[in-house]
Amino acid sequence: MKPAAKPKLAVWKFASCDGCQLSLLDCEDELLAVADAVQIAHFTEATRSVVAGPYDLSLVEGSITTAADAERIQEVRRISRRVVTIGACATAGGIQALRNFRDVREFTEHVYAHPEFIDTLEKSTPISAHIRVDFELHGCPVNKHQLLEVISAFLARRKPNTPPHPVCMECKRRGLVCVMVAHGTPCMGPVTHAGCGALCPAYQRGCYGCFGPKETPNTRAFSDYCGGAPLGIDPGTLARLFSTFNAAAEPFQKESNARKP
Amino acid sequence: MPTRVIQVDSLARVEGEGALFIQLSGKTVLDVKLKIFEPPRFFEAFLRGRHFTEAPDITARICGICPIAYQMSAVHAMEDACGIQICPALRALRRILYCGEWIESHSLHICLLHAPDFLGYDSAISMAKDHPDIVQRGLQLKKVGNEILAAIGGREVHPVNVRVGGFYRIPTRADLRPLADSLKRARDSALENVRWVAGFEFPLMESAPEFVALRHPEQYPLNEGRVVSLSGLDIPAAEFEAHFTEEHLAHSTALHCRMNGRGIYSVGPQARYNLNFAQLAPIAKEAALAAGLAPTCTNPFQSIVIRSVEVLHACDEALRLLSEYEPPPPTPPVKPRAAVGHACTEAPRGLLYHRYRIDADGIIQEARIVPPTSQNQKAIERDLWNFVAEHTDLSDADLGLRCEHAIRNYDPCISCSAHFLKLNVQRV
Repeated sequence: MKPAAKPKLAVWKFASCDGCQLSLLDCEDELLAVADAVQIAHFTEATRSVVAGPYDLSLVEGSITTAADAERIQEVRRISRRVVTIGACATAGGIQALRNFRDVREFTEHVYAHPEFIDTLEKSTPISAHIRVDFELHGCPVNKHQLLEVISAFLARRKPNTPPHPVCMECKRRGLVCVMVAHGTPCMGPVTHAGCGALCPAYQRGCYGCFGPKETPNTRAFSDYCGGAPLGIDPGTLARLFSTFNAAAEPFQKESNARKP
Repeated sequence: MPTRVIQVDSLARVEGEGALFIQLSGKTVLDVKLKIFEPPRFFEAFLRGRHFTEAPDITARICGICPIAYQMSAVHAMEDACGIQICPALRALRRILYCGEWIESHSLHICLLHAPDFLGYDSAISMAKDHPDIVQRGLQLKKVGNEILAAIGGREVHPVNVRVGGFYRIPTRADLRPLADSLKRARDSALENVRWVAGFEFPLMESAPEFVALRHPEQYPLNEGRVVSLSGLDIPAAEFEAHFTEEHLAHSTALHCRMNGRGIYSVGPQARYNLNFAQLAPIAKEAALAAGLAPTCTNPFQSIVIRSVEVLHACDEALRLLSEYEPPPPTPPVKPRAAVGHACTEAPRGLLYHRYRIDADGIIQEARIVPPTSQNQKAIERDLWNFVAEHTDLSDADLGLRCEHAIRNYDPCISCSAHFLKLNVQRV
């Protein structure tokens, strides 16, 4: 009898920094084991060879910012059994979604001498705005252990174990001192999706929300606390706090708009 | 005479999205274009209006492979604007961190992206079936680079600890102690790596004659120094824009950079090596000479050897700095002032220039970033032009493959430059 075929894994890139797919190559101890467990069928950053689809699992990095990419993502969906987005760009539009709130023509003219050579959409949008997505992994960048967990879960046809609670839970579990209460440092831990292991508070700085909003974040209460005594954060700073790597994630976008001076 | 068009639609084993287009008529090359279609992300536009303290975290997101380079150029430019001098202990800690990124980024390129070209594999994963020990060695080297990034910066990609003026949390000696054992093993592996790549066969090619890198009187350049070139340019970072011009061409979302009056030049490991050989650690210098390199090397295909020498240097340098490590004092808050700040640092792929104009409240009014790959684009196209002209007898598939190999000599980072490759060869 022939052994069962290995599942086919594909990695796709749209507008992004490459950091999330690099996280897979950063699994130095596990990479060759992963390559043994699956057939790496499409992964341009790692290999020239391309195995034709369909693919069992497609990991998608990056956001949609061009008309050509808006078409390409449809093709990715068509040839993939499961689509998992990895990182803030694919899941929320990324830092490049800051254009969504400004005039993209002015942006193009500012950076490029010949704006007419540039093909770009007015908005940077997450993958879910274009196709059905089976799972979204948060983070700018994703946590490589969570990435391995998601790949393993999909291969085993089970739900990935990536808790949706806030960074605060991870922080308390590590026994860290709260930087907001103890030092008056604004920290987005209460409203931010867990996954990093409370990295920033462990480095004595406030969380800057790179994993995006947790489930049902109370952004208003958070801002009111930061804006009042004793922190006294000014509205401009608050608006900027919500307007970074997950600027177009709805709860963060709304709160940023509400605080804009 | 029929025209041949050779096209590589999606360049593999490079960071980001690019393509190659070659047009030939018989033995005459009509056109060579390195196309960069990485979508624009407009960093320089949306940095306006942000607070100066946000620049290191925001610009890190330009590139997941070399975030420290962006963080270092950003903090040095902001410190220049704010008139801050940093203490020697902080300077040393930043050097250890940057060594980590060089080890991680170079080892990724040497072992996973570039070596398969010389040994005839599609990827390091297929190479691992025949040479498991070598691929493992590369991965373990890369891992040590990442250990440094995680120990000092918090994580491998987009570390969180760098701030204008210093670090959020200064690592203790005990925090960094475990790195020394890893680095000692890494230094041994790095030396074996130099010997391994030195045995590859290198196609003969001469690169563009001009190299640009930082130079510092006391050390191999990382964070500081003057911008110098082989033909005698010698300027401070603040004068970069007076000597270099970026052009926007139709086939690329990356700007092409040219040195005024001197034309095509390249940056990166080869440029640094050619301009700073004397500053390499003795163990790296000896390994380079034993590998058959002269103190000046102009064959771009040998860049893999130089990159391996730099990994060895970075391991040795990080070890030396660790043995002398004294934690710097906690970083005081930095007070902004209305000013312009400039900085050049040496990203793994070469010189990275940042300029910011900030106001008295620290709000960024203007930002300018010139990444290494946009500086190398013209040199890559020139190399391709020369290579194709001498190899017109190859089949389209072979020619395309060999051209991809020539492009990977520069470890191009397309994500960075899209402000980069598919191969297209057209034979007329």
